[in-house]
Amino acid sequence: MRYFVVIALLLTGLCALYACQNEQEIEFKRYFSAGQLVYQTRCQNCHGNEGQGLAALIPPLNDAEFLRNNHSQLVCYLQNGLKGDIIIHNSTYNGHMPASGLSPIETAQVITYVQNSFGNQIGLYDLKQAEADLKKCK
Amino acid sequence: MRIIIPAFAAMLLWSACSFNKNDQKRLPIYGNREAVTKTLNGKTVTDTVYQTIPKFEYVNQYGKTITNKSLDGSIYVADFFFTSCPSICPIMHRNMLNVYNEFKNGGNVKILSYSIDPSHDSVAVLKTYADKLGIAGDTWWLLQGKKEETYKLAESYLVAVKEDKGAEGGYVHSGYFVLIDKQKRIRGTYNGTDEKEVSKLITDIKTLQADPEQSIVQ
Repeated sequence: MRYFVVIALLLTGLCALYACQNEQEIEFKRYFSAGQLVYQTRCQNCHGNEGQGLAALIPPLNDAEFLRNNHSQLVCYLQNGLKGDIIIHNSTYNGHMPASGLSPIETAQVITYVQNSFGNQIGLYDLKQAEADLKKCK
Repeated sequence: MRIIIPAFAAMLLWSACSFNKNDQKRLPIYGNREAVTKTLNGKTVTDTVYQTIPKFEYVNQYGKTITNKSLDGSIYVADFFFTSCPSICPIMHRNMLNVYNEFKNGGNVKILSYSIDPSHDSVAVLKTYADKLGIAGDTWWLLQGKKEETYKLAESYLVAVKEDKGAEGGYVHSGYFVLIDKQKRIRGTYNGTDEKEVSKLITDIKTLQADPEQSIVQ
């Protein structure tokens, strides 16, 4: 009988853990698919349907190292636009990206999409993080 | 009788095969047209006169003067853009690069991109843009000229261009690629933001190159 209780408890624990993971996964998928739509309507014309950019004019979005190194700044680039030199895959780009006009939730969604597409695998970037990072924009 | 039906069926099948088609595909001619009657060698002849691209004079990214005469003997594709365009230009020129790469090695095909923002797009700015786009040589010219003339010229290419402070980047313009033949007539318009339509443009250029009428240089 004691044996049975232990197994039941274990199973319950596993279920709870699984449900929790599932919740996170659903949250991620929600951000990702909403972000894909934002990307297609607001970013794709310039950055391309595969995030490939345009020659030496517009940078590609598949430099995971750049995304990681500038992670808390990404939301600021979207909010305020980006001007000046940036180095992507060892090449310098100095074009001007206009401010996106996206809301904080949309920026979180599109960042989640970009940092998990085109070969990037960085995970969820949620609204909480976006709001915190926005406060620290230079 | 027994042999006629299979024979007929075989003939039908044969004629249905596309390799057996001998009528060449021709591209339509767009724009206004009028019938002109004139006297030639004592006979009265009526001819159709098609809309053509009028004279123009611009400067390209190398600082060289480019006129309508520079296009004599070439089939060309024209579009209207500006280098600081935040909306549709990047995708247009991503697609135009496909046209460029297809025809950059000969074939008498040229590409003309008229800037609609000449005060910003100086020769130096156009040259930098061309370099960054990765284009060289004389296949693709980026042109700078008088703004009013460009707007007027756009009309003869059947393309709408105008200034609008409310629009992204300050201009409204349609992202059309216009195909012009050696007689300066309009042979096709293609949505430059749509990769599929641009593939059709490439096919149509090849059709036009094969048109016997185009082997006569005027």
